[in-house]
Amino acid sequence: MSGFGNAFSSSIGKKFIMGATGIFLILFLIVHCGINALIFLNDGGLTFNIGAHFMATNWIIRAGEVVLMIGLLAHIFQALRLTLQNNKARPVKYAVNDGKANSKWYSRSMGLLGTLLLIFLIVHLSNFWVVSRFTGIPTVDANGHEDLYAVMKATFQNPLIVGLYVLSMISLCYHLLHGFASAFQTMGWNHSKYNGIIKGAGIWYSIIISILFAAMPIAFHFGFIQ
Amino acid sequence: MSTGNMNLTLKVWRQKNNKTAGALVDYKLAEISPDMSFLEMFDVLNEQLINKGEEPVVFDHDCREGICGMCSMFINGRPHGPKDLVTTCQLHMRSFKDGDTIVVEPWRAAAFPVVKDLTVDRSAFDRVIAAGGFISVNTGNAQDANSLPIPKMQADAAFEAAACIGCGACVATCKNASAMLFVSAKISQLALLPQGQPERYRRVQSMVAQMDAEGFGNCTNTGACEAECPKGISLENIARMNRDFASAKFASEETV
Ligand code: SF4
Ligand code: FES
Repeated sequence: MSGFGNAFSSSIGKKFIMGATGIFLILFLIVHCGINALIFLNDGGLTFNIGAHFMATNWIIRAGEVVLMIGLLAHIFQALRLTLQNNKARPVKYAVNDGKANSKWYSRSMGLLGTLLLIFLIVHLSNFWVVSRFTGIPTVDANGHEDLYAVMKATFQNPLIVGLYVLSMISLCYHLLHGFASAFQTMGWNHSKYNGIIKGAGIWYSIIISILFAAMPIAFHFGFIQ
Repeated sequence: MSTGNMNLTLKVWRQKNNKTAGALVDYKLAEISPDMSFLEMFDVLNEQLINKGEEPVVFDHDCREGICGMCSMFINGRPHGPKDLVTTCQLHMRSFKDGDTIVVEPWRAAAFPVVKDLTVDRSAFDRVIAAGGFISVNTGNAQDANSLPIPKMQADAAFEAAACIGCGACVATCKNASAMLFVSAKISQLALLPQGQPERYRRVQSMVAQMDAEGFGNCTNTGACEAECPKGISLENIARMNRDFASAKFASEETV
């Protein structure tokens, strides 16, 4: 075989795709969370709307959005393929299997956590992304920017949506707790000098990102920010 | 032979062959000594079965001292039972309590079909080794061992990888039935030494391709294999294999 051969169809190549898209999504979440955290300035969303306006109009960001969608879909489809193959690799299940004796429940439940996140994403994208990109944001703020902040505020008056968001961020936290360090292991970055840093950074990243995201619907719903 | 005071209930997987379905069958055992090994306890069971005119339970074993990798029982949900860093043959009945119910199943993986009862066919591992787990050596007199300097840490890491006995507990416990720990150990033991360099990048590609062809699952880094491996083979080996695989596919001219 020539060129890269079966680089991406082999089991290790498939891991590379999961890990690389995972790291890409981890980086995306930092940007997403950073801009969203502007709502906590509690200035009626003026600063946040500037950020949102920039993200919606800058062509580099818009091009990045396409890459993001491709990365996300690759992560999801690859995960589905891997899960189906892995189920086939053990056709007869154990009568007794003591998984907790040797691994973390969330490491064994990445598919379940990911599915919960997928359901969340569908709701989330229809709440905000579809509105800002397609159906249109109804009002503008004092600066004349589309008032995405007002859309958030209105959306998070619904307690069911708030509940779904908070539960989904718990799923996200556990998904990341495994995924962050796992991506490094997949990429071959397992080294005594870095393992502690990777593990620590993964735990802090997962917790901080999830708490910040979960705080947003809560803050709107209970009127902590206006 | 039974001289102890433990009474046990065993639930043992009985399966005639690869074509028929199996089931767990209950057996009562009395007067088991806590000093017996797990396999000796099975010997007692089999003597009873033979005396009753029933078929004994078929299970794999050879050295009974933890070095051959033949014994392979999935005991109460864990490969090689409840203790860390031991094989089934080195597990003793003192690790259980009087009155316990013990469930014993074979390794379960599509790539390890059941031959009979608790014996599975692990020749998939042999084919992975045959695909690239070798080095090329000139015939003639063996050269002086010290003519190739090897750093101590490197030699130790190679030795630790070479401790893998090919038992398959890593596959058995992995939720994906992945063979990554075994294959990475067999690749690392050669990749870490100068003698393994000529075939290094060809080897990793061939052995990984064979691993995939055998129908093992894909690794998701749960770490269960490392936790259950009787020889303490480290996940570092999997990371090394991944690095070598990437180098081979993306940077070496020799793509297999
Ligand atoms: S890596 Fe460990 S568990 Fe897997 S075959 Fe080798 S010795 Fe057995
Ligand atoms: S019988 Fe040889 S390792 Fe257990």
